[in-house]
Amino acid sequence: MTITNILVCGIGGQGVMTATEILAEAALSLGYDVKKTEVAGMSQRGGVVTSHLRFGPQVLSPQIMPGDADLLVGFEAAEALRWAHMLKPGGAALVNLGRLVPPIVNIGLYDYPDDPIAQLRALGIEVHAFDASAMAQELGNIRLGNTVMLGAIADRLPFPADVLLNAVLARFGVRKPQLVEVNREAFERGRRAVAAAEAPPVAMVG
Amino acid sequence: MGASLPDSAAANRLFLSGNEAVARAARDAGCRVAAAYPGTPSTEILEELAKYPGLYTEWSVNEKVSLEVALGASMVGARALCAMKHVGLNVASDALMTMTVTGTEGGLVIAVADDVGMSSSQNEQDSRYWGRFAHVPVFEPADAQEAYDMTRAAFALSEAHRCPVILRLTTRICHVKGRVQPRERELHEPAGFVKDARRWVMVPGNAKPRLPLMYQRDEALRADAEASAWNTLYEGTDRRIGFVASGPAFMHVRETFPNAPVLKLGLSHPLPIERARELARQVDEVLVVEETEPLVEMELRAAGIACRGKDVLPRIGELAPDVLRAAVAGLLGEPAPKAVHAALQTVFPRPPTMCVACPHLGIYYTLAQLRNINISGDIGCYSLGAGQPWNALDTCISMGASMGVALGMDKGRGEADAKKSVVAVIGDSTFLHMGMQGLLDITWNRGNVTVLLLDNRAVGMTGGQENPGTGRDIHGEDAPRIDFAKLCEALGVKKERIRVLDPYQLPVLFKALREETKIPEPSVIITDRPCVLIDHYEATQPYKVIADKCTGCGNCIDVGCPAIHVTRRATKVKPSGKEVELAFVRIETSACTGCGLCVQPCAPEAIVHAAPEHPVNFLYKKI
Repeated sequence: MTITNILVCGIGGQGVMTATEILAEAALSLGYDVKKTEVAGMSQRGGVVTSHLRFGPQVLSPQIMPGDADLLVGFEAAEALRWAHMLKPGGAALVNLGRLVPPIVNIGLYDYPDDPIAQLRALGIEVHAFDASAMAQELGNIRLGNTVMLGAIADRLPFPADVLLNAVLARFGVRKPQLVEVNREAFERGRRAVAAAEAPPVAMVG
Repeated sequence: MGASLPDSAAANRLFLSGNEAVARAARDAGCRVAAAYPGTPSTEILEELAKYPGLYTEWSVNEKVSLEVALGASMVGARALCAMKHVGLNVASDALMTMTVTGTEGGLVIAVADDVGMSSSQNEQDSRYWGRFAHVPVFEPADAQEAYDMTRAAFALSEAHRCPVILRLTTRICHVKGRVQPRERELHEPAGFVKDARRWVMVPGNAKPRLPLMYQRDEALRADAEASAWNTLYEGTDRRIGFVASGPAFMHVRETFPNAPVLKLGLSHPLPIERARELARQVDEVLVVEETEPLVEMELRAAGIACRGKDVLPRIGELAPDVLRAAVAGLLGEPAPKAVHAALQTVFPRPPTMCVACPHLGIYYTLAQLRNINISGDIGCYSLGAGQPWNALDTCISMGASMGVALGMDKGRGEADAKKSVVAVIGDSTFLHMGMQGLLDITWNRGNVTVLLLDNRAVGMTGGQENPGTGRDIHGEDAPRIDFAKLCEALGVKKERIRVLDPYQLPVLFKALREETKIPEPSVIITDRPCVLIDHYEATQPYKVIADKCTGCGNCIDVGCPAIHVTRRATKVKPSGKEVELAFVRIETSACTGCGLCVQPCAPEAIVHAAPEHPVNFLYKKI
């Protein structure tokens, strides 16, 4: 029984849950059993947020255990580092280079890691890092960072990238049709960002 | 690549969280009245129900009232649902403990959500105790589909036994989405109220004859539970350990030990003892996996069934697969499972923060400047005032407790606190929930307490729901709005001791607090600024820092706004030889909404208006 485990992490307000919801919709559209869980209680206030997505023929527990994630999707660099232990050996991390420094660091009580990406690589993790926030801004709306991140995941799923793209576009198709094309572009930029990275993309699990 | 999986029913299925599934099921069961006070992780149940036409929903002022509303509806024969977080049932328990004696008419379901793992609560409680205490049955769904099915079953069971039924949820049910197959909708017309004082008027003479009925009901329910399809014995080939599990823990057990026999408890109280005996006969050892108290474990032992439980499993938190794996390995005398993943990395903590321009920022900045005060706090976003950089909240116990605790601090103090003032901090919704009575106690008993009533016109922490102070109902429609100043006056606070002010005006707030804390009688300072997350909040022109003017004093950082970032740090040696740490800052202008709080403590006037930028999702911003 093959189950795909995707852990999406970031900060409350970044759209982590929405992105995971779209991934879930893509998996659902193919008839997979899907479970999605997050601890969202206080994350609205800029706290840590993780969203677990599991899909396969049958999913029992909704939680991904440490060492079981096929993919780690980091919407923020230090957050990807925080959850690195969730990846299975051979799993990949797709990480936004954007940094969000919390007040607790600005007050001077803690330090933000100098280079979270290098730290991830030092752990032997395959890391694809790109500036999703900057790409989104180039496209005129920082909120498109979500779609860039989803594009980055698209070629590492056990189903064709178009299934995920369709799920993204379906979100906007009804409510905001004017955003369809720019989301398509953001999605493709995310895909290219990973393709251009040092390691060639390999289909994950079949 | 995996091909698409055959699933003919997929098209009819919904993808719902446990909370959404409960709401959908209540609506499909013909529920007519649903009431709740918001509380994580239960809040979405009523939010979802409010979207359905054809039934009455309300945010109640507290959980006790919501349960009484549900009971009244049940009395006239309507199906009713009441939802709350675990601590809410403590508040509602007074009503529960007598409604179990009267019993119910229309099906009455109490959906109570335990925050196992404490993602957003002040304690961890096991609401299954209430089933034992109040002699009412308890359902425990293990996923969203079961949340749907058991909600439907709970209405039926309630009517079959004419008693309230507890639907016990946990965070890992409420906030987990899964596929849900809904069933046909029932219509349920209320039969009408039947006057019957011996049934509904619980004076001793009427209540006494009803107690034996409650115990008879216990026996009938026990027989139901033994026969119930909700309690299932899963066969297994690995019989070294047989599990007894309920709720999300059942899924974790099946995931981790797919070949082990499991007694799944769905209708978990009354406990189907004979089913457990059946399991025990099949296996070498029985292990009870329950979140969080050893309730089933103790009842099995009392029934003479040997079992293990909390001697090998944690007493607190979720019993997730990794926890189970390690505990069972220990029980079987096997080596602990080896970690096959990257080592845990040390990263700075990221506690929840107050929002950019949150009116509470000004309040805690000011409280942090005051010396010689003890600050009794309450439940809400403003509990965060206990954290950095303010450290300006000294207690947080339960809804409304800031009032009574403040009065007790005042009356109980000796020499050590003689020169200190007592300040209580409470939000608008918490005040209306359970704080008003405490204020009445303060005025009646002549307490020397200064109350800060933070009116941000929302139940902020749970997502900005309405309350009687917002002037809107659960649907966002106009509703009577309580006047806090008049309310406080009615509760006995002298009119001249009630002030309403703007928490963005720091000197005004500081002066008011200084004055009121010096006057030895009850006073209330109402701060009037809306939560920045509600729809009615209007941002104004943002600010920026002129880098050349910033002296690195760090005063603005003490406000605690997440839009203020340090660009560089330095050390300066004063003429006195004292070393001073400097922190030069910038403002994330695209996140700033122009509240002006940071401008006020900036001596060199380095913070000025910036040209307005395109508003963005402030957190998603590259530094």
